[in-house]
Amino acid sequence: MSTTRSALLVGAGGAVGTLLRASLGEIAPDRAGSWPWTTFTINVVGAFVLGLLLQALLRRGPDTGARRTVRLLCGTGVLGGFTTYSTFLVQDVDLLRDGSAALGLAYLAVSVVLGLVAAGAGAALANRLPVAPAADSGTDGGTDG
Amino acid sequence: MILLLTAVAGGCGAVARFLVDTAVNRRHRLTFPAGTIVVNATACLLLGLLTGWALAHPGHDHLRQVLGTGFLGGYSTFSTASVEGVRLVQQGRTRAALVHSGGMLVVSLGAAALGLVVAGG
Repeated sequence: MSTTRSALLVGAGGAVGTLLRASLGEIAPDRAGSWPWTTFTINVVGAFVLGLLLQALLRRGPDTGARRTVRLLCGTGVLGGFTTYSTFLVQDVDLLRDGSAALGLAYLAVSVVLGLVAAGAGAALANRLPVAPAADSGTDGGTDG
Repeated sequence: MILLLTAVAGGCGAVARFLVDTAVNRRHRLTFPAGTIVVNATACLLLGLLTGWALAHPGHDHLRQVLGTGFLGGYSTFSTASVEGVRLVQQGRTRAALVHSGGMLVVSLGAAALGLVVAGG
């Protein structure tokens, strides 16, 4: 796949992910000086879904063809654009500077740890999902559940 | 209209992330995913600068939304950082995972704070 085609897939997905995040931010804006629930939830949910998606794709075969298209469009694009690291950290600096040091440190640590746990849980869930027989004829399907 | 512009800017940010990540990981043919660290740290520096500037120059909420929420939000990524970190843990590379997650956090926090201070926010 050419770099241009890959970039277009990522860009289209990124616009959709950003639209979702910005819309949620309008419906439920994060309040200065308190726990940024909207960004926090977006990031943890996004990490879970990306962990699930990438592991599910990996189980179905190598990163080529349709699987690569889905990964770039939905993974790198939609979920990469949906979640945000920059807003997360600028919010955190705001909390730390506002004198809410405990809140700022908790937001930092809880976000990163829960992000890792969520990504791991998503991957673990993908490992329990059945794989389409055509794409996975050589492995033991007995543990599907 | 602003929401639409924000989405388009987010798409551009995602393309920039893809290109920077690909360039960094091609240059360093390592098994360590350094591209996301570069992306997120630079995103935090730029959002710090933008936020600081916007605080010092009120009345540019739309610009802040399109560039900050849109472009830089789409450029930076939390989900990929989390998946990369957990994969390092699953490979038994605990030290690399700590450097990846913790290092990215410390560098990005410093970058965001630097941006805010430099821009006078």
